[in-house]
Amino acid sequence: MNRNFDRRDFLKLSGAAAALAATGCATTGGAKARVVVIGGGFGGATAAKYIRMWGSNIEVVLVEREADFVSCPISNLVYGGSKTMKDITYGYSGLKRYGVQVVRDTAFDVNTTAKTVKLVRGGDLKYDRLVVSPGIDFMLEDIKGYAEGMIGNRVLHAWKAGPQTVALQKQLAEMRDGGVYVLSMPLMPFRCPPGPYERVSQIANYFKKHKPRAKILLVDANPNIVSKGPLFRKAWADLYPGMIEYRGNSKCIGVDATTKTVKLEVEDVKGDVLNVVPPQRAGDIARKTGLITANDRWCGVDWRTTESTVAKGVHVLGDSTLSAPGMPKSGSMANQQAKVCAAAVVAMINGQEPNPDPKIVNTCYSFVSDDEVIHVASVHELDASKKTFVPIKGAGGVSAARNTLEGMYAWSWAQNIWADTLG
Amino acid sequence: MRTAFICAALLAAVPMTASAQNQVAQWAGTCAMCHGTTGHSVGGNEPLAGMPKNEMVRKFKEFQSGAKPATVMHQLSKGFTDQQIDQIAAYFAAQKK
Repeated sequence: MNRNFDRRDFLKLSGAAAALAATGCATTGGAKARVVVIGGGFGGATAAKYIRMWGSNIEVVLVEREADFVSCPISNLVYGGSKTMKDITYGYSGLKRYGVQVVRDTAFDVNTTAKTVKLVRGGDLKYDRLVVSPGIDFMLEDIKGYAEGMIGNRVLHAWKAGPQTVALQKQLAEMRDGGVYVLSMPLMPFRCPPGPYERVSQIANYFKKHKPRAKILLVDANPNIVSKGPLFRKAWADLYPGMIEYRGNSKCIGVDATTKTVKLEVEDVKGDVLNVVPPQRAGDIARKTGLITANDRWCGVDWRTTESTVAKGVHVLGDSTLSAPGMPKSGSMANQQAKVCAAAVVAMINGQEPNPDPKIVNTCYSFVSDDEVIHVASVHELDASKKTFVPIKGAGGVSAARNTLEGMYAWSWAQNIWADTLG
Repeated sequence: MRTAFICAALLAAVPMTASAQNQVAQWAGTCAMCHGTTGHSVGGNEPLAGMPKNEMVRKFKEFQSGAKPATVMHQLSKGFTDQQIDQIAAYFAAQKK
């Protein structure tokens, strides 16, 4: 079942709602219940596919603003040089085989009373149930000077794979040998806990080959490495000695793009390439829909069904959610949550009780060189009284040591999760 | 997948309710991100679709005990009960290779 994704073939619709109206499905007057999914990332695309797989009586419309899916997992390997943007870019055409209607548009408003989604290019989409999976947006206002620094890409986050990934790769290529790359990370929670440490590993891998005098400075608002710390530190000491400096308790409060300065609470640091990742919150559409319930940042859900705690008939997935204890904001998690969501949506639409005992599994692989990998894994079950997932004690853990066998498994994981998510 | 639900149900000693089928499909769905949708791996990791039920149960138990060397399954396998493993194995055995 080796499926080749057609990277260019996606459903092009201008005025998506109008196009659906032409086929008589802009409203849900017909016999089929309709689920609208906002966001075609690991959460939304998986939910759309699995609702169709498990509920062939349900119509599914996926609204995605980008033409292609660009994977955050594996994107750090683009800096390391072992993968390209093409390797991490996939089209949405595979979902059509499952009967998912993919609409390229931006959802800019939701009316949870009228059960409609408003699209930028015009028209409303009616829904019976809505799945909101918009990923993260950045709290730029928390870092003075960030918005100005973004002009001309003088400061990059590169924490959403796509044009920012390309821009960072270019800046690294143009940086002088002996230059300094600065990565600044906010306090947890943020998307992909091991991501920063994999990123500096991959950039060190590139520098070692092409700019051996270059330095990497990782300034982290957290007191210490938040994921796989001993394994990352050993990889840095063994593979890239003297190249990576890690400073904890180093919260960024401002950037000055003109003087190439990152302003920390404790000191200022300068760099040739500034990669400052701002604090994050649920995506804009989740905020506008009123789904945010925690710290003005994250969307609370009942983890048995992923239904919002504040909006009936609306499910939230992925990085936008208020994570359950021990649950990272990862592509794996979003893909897994999407199946809990899909099973619940199908059951609820068909008048059945949702699964009282859902499970999810997390596996996060990090490449510390071209072919050596370390993982962290966990299994989570529902604590019904708390309506949340909890990690199962004794199930999970990390790699004993970095190894190339897991390098092969990690690449296989990537190919399988992309296929599982996108058809 | 409808077919898969029905096949899984036929294999079980007692016919499964729609809710039970929905539950098993969700549990089996946890495997898909590494082993492919409905166990149809697109490369690398072992396909699970069509694996005889007894073989899968045996492998799972060997992962749990440590008898079978693993990189990650010795950890993940401990998160599933005997009953869940039995039902997940029946689900994959019912999938066409």
